[in-house]
Amino acid sequence: MKFSRSVAVLVAAGAALALTACGGAADDAGGGDGVTVTMLPKNLGNPYFETSTSGAEEAAGELGLALEEVGPETSTPDSQVPFINTSAQQGVAALVVSANDPRAIGDALDEARAAGTKVVTFDSDTDPEFRDIFVNQATAEGIASKQLELISEQIGGSGEIAILSASANATNQNAWIELMEAQLASDYPDIELVEIAYGDDDDQASFDKTAALLQAHPDLKGIVSPTTVGVAAAARYVSTSEFKGKVAVTGLGTPNQMREYVEDGTVTAFALWNPGDLGYLAAYAASALVDGTITGAPGETFEAGRLGEFTVGEDGVVLLGDPFVFDASNIGDFDF
Amino acid sequence: MRAVGAALRSREAAVALVLVLVVAGTTVLQPGFLLSAGGWRDLLLTPSLVAVLAVGQAIVVVTRNVDLSVGSVLGLCAYLTGTLFAAAPDLPVVLVVAAAVAAGAVLGLVNGVVVAFARVPALVVTLGTLYAYRGLVLTWAGSDRIDASDMPHAFLDLGVRQVLGVPVLAIVAVLVLAVAAHYLHTSRAGRQLYAIGSDPDAAVLYGLPVRRRILTAFVACGALAGLAGVMFAARYGTVSSGAGTGLELTVVGAVVVGGVAIFGGSGTVLGAATGAVLLVTINRALPVVGVPDFWQRAVVGVLIITAIVLDRVLADRRARALARARDVRNPQEVAR
Repeated sequence: MKFSRSVAVLVAAGAALALTACGGAADDAGGGDGVTVTMLPKNLGNPYFETSTSGAEEAAGELGLALEEVGPETSTPDSQVPFINTSAQQGVAALVVSANDPRAIGDALDEARAAGTKVVTFDSDTDPEFRDIFVNQATAEGIASKQLELISEQIGGSGEIAILSASANATNQNAWIELMEAQLASDYPDIELVEIAYGDDDDQASFDKTAALLQAHPDLKGIVSPTTVGVAAAARYVSTSEFKGKVAVTGLGTPNQMREYVEDGTVTAFALWNPGDLGYLAAYAASALVDGTITGAPGETFEAGRLGEFTVGEDGVVLLGDPFVFDASNIGDFDF
Repeated sequence: MRAVGAALRSREAAVALVLVLVVAGTTVLQPGFLLSAGGWRDLLLTPSLVAVLAVGQAIVVVTRNVDLSVGSVLGLCAYLTGTLFAAAPDLPVVLVVAAAVAAGAVLGLVNGVVVAFARVPALVVTLGTLYAYRGLVLTWAGSDRIDASDMPHAFLDLGVRQVLGVPVLAIVAVLVLAVAAHYLHTSRAGRQLYAIGSDPDAAVLYGLPVRRRILTAFVACGALAGLAGVMFAARYGTVSSGAGTGLELTVVGAVVVGGVAIFGGSGTVLGAATGAVLLVTINRALPVVGVPDFWQRAVVGVLIITAIVLDRVLADRRARALARARDVRNPQEVAR
């Protein structure tokens, strides 16, 4: 199994780390050589995290880091705890994690940091006290307003919409939804948010929840799903139903998952940042923490390869950039 | 009046009645639940997959065993289906279905061999294979997934196509049910499954081929889980390593609700399939009538507990009735 294989690698890597830690004081030029970084996504089987991990691998290649990916099968709140504990016991230099819950993994992260492991969160943050740096894909405001902009364009500026989220306690989802609610009230008086449904980032659950939304709200004009699994499942349901062409589906999706539905006309446009860049930046941030370039204090700067220079903001947040819109004209250029 | 009473004493009829009430009640509140084209289709289509699994599970449960690995078998076979299509899009659908069913049968055979020959309780064996088979999918799939664009349209179309207003997948489920019901009800081997479940020791003493029958039951259950895997791929259009996670509990719940005694020896596949339709339909109806997400699972739990308590009460009453009948026939027994 993936888990045990990774454990074996971590044991080996931990030993390597102990060696470099001794040599490091004498030879600073060694930089990140032999440093182990563990990548812990919300769950495996998620193409989004597959792309972020390959971005991190690219960075690891440039930096000479040893990078390992481990992760749970489902994105339940406490499923990441055993993986964090294992990493802490193996003494990895840094842990790059997308949190399934802001607090449920806090104790485990505290323990890891007490053992000297640097913690970088990406994609979904924990409470700030549990990590050193959060690599933010985009500001929550940017994401919320981009999605509202898309859905408003697609439904002609007025009507009922619903949100299909991941799990009810997913940090990033809830932050975006809160902002969307506020912005709907202030800037889109003719659009009414009638329901928020939770598909738990599971194909089947998201699919069935979409069906329920369409049944419960006959006047629904659009569905916004700020999660890659949810938006693909919603598009799949709508594309095979009588609602195709009548109910707009948009949200945050990956080009490979949405290609089918953009080509058959179910989906006009959807947004996302480049998760590859996100993983790339997270790996650079982890490396900068390990070699002491940054500590997580606001105002510090570090270089992140092809992405250029980044500055650490308030609360140890590093921002990647603005969301990107995919539509029929450009989806062919992407493959993730 | 007596006919009504007799019908209500039949568990199948009672579950069917509850099902009709749920559908009728939901339709009154939200006419689209039954009376729209999509509503009618989903009513038949959504439960098909769980119904096929429930039929397989019922065959195992009547022998006083249980198969908890069905969710993982489904995931493995669904991923196999997607992988075959991704590798060779021109493969005939029949061939892929046969491959998935065969793979499911092999996984079922493994369960059956350990249960029948090593005499390890099925609960333990299949709990083990639940994780082992899931581990196999995880190792195989890693973080890859099969998207809708990886599978041919002709196959995906099977997931939604209707013949005379009845979805193809529902027809498949009804055929499976009819064959299994006929086999269990009329064939010698089918009746022996009940005998084994009623009293395994007596079945051995009587000279029934207990091991072979249990093996057959597990193979049938595995094969049907394989078939359900194909249905999953066709219906949902996306398969990740997590496909079918947690489904085993829904299936066992459906079987219990449908009146198959968890300690074997009684119940029918018709009841199990009806129980599956009821559970799935309640799950679909609750969001439609506006019951919040969080309460939906609780309702299903209450339903399962009610079914088990009902079983217990009915079994006690039957035991007392039998005892009374015996006492009347043999007055001297009482005197002794």
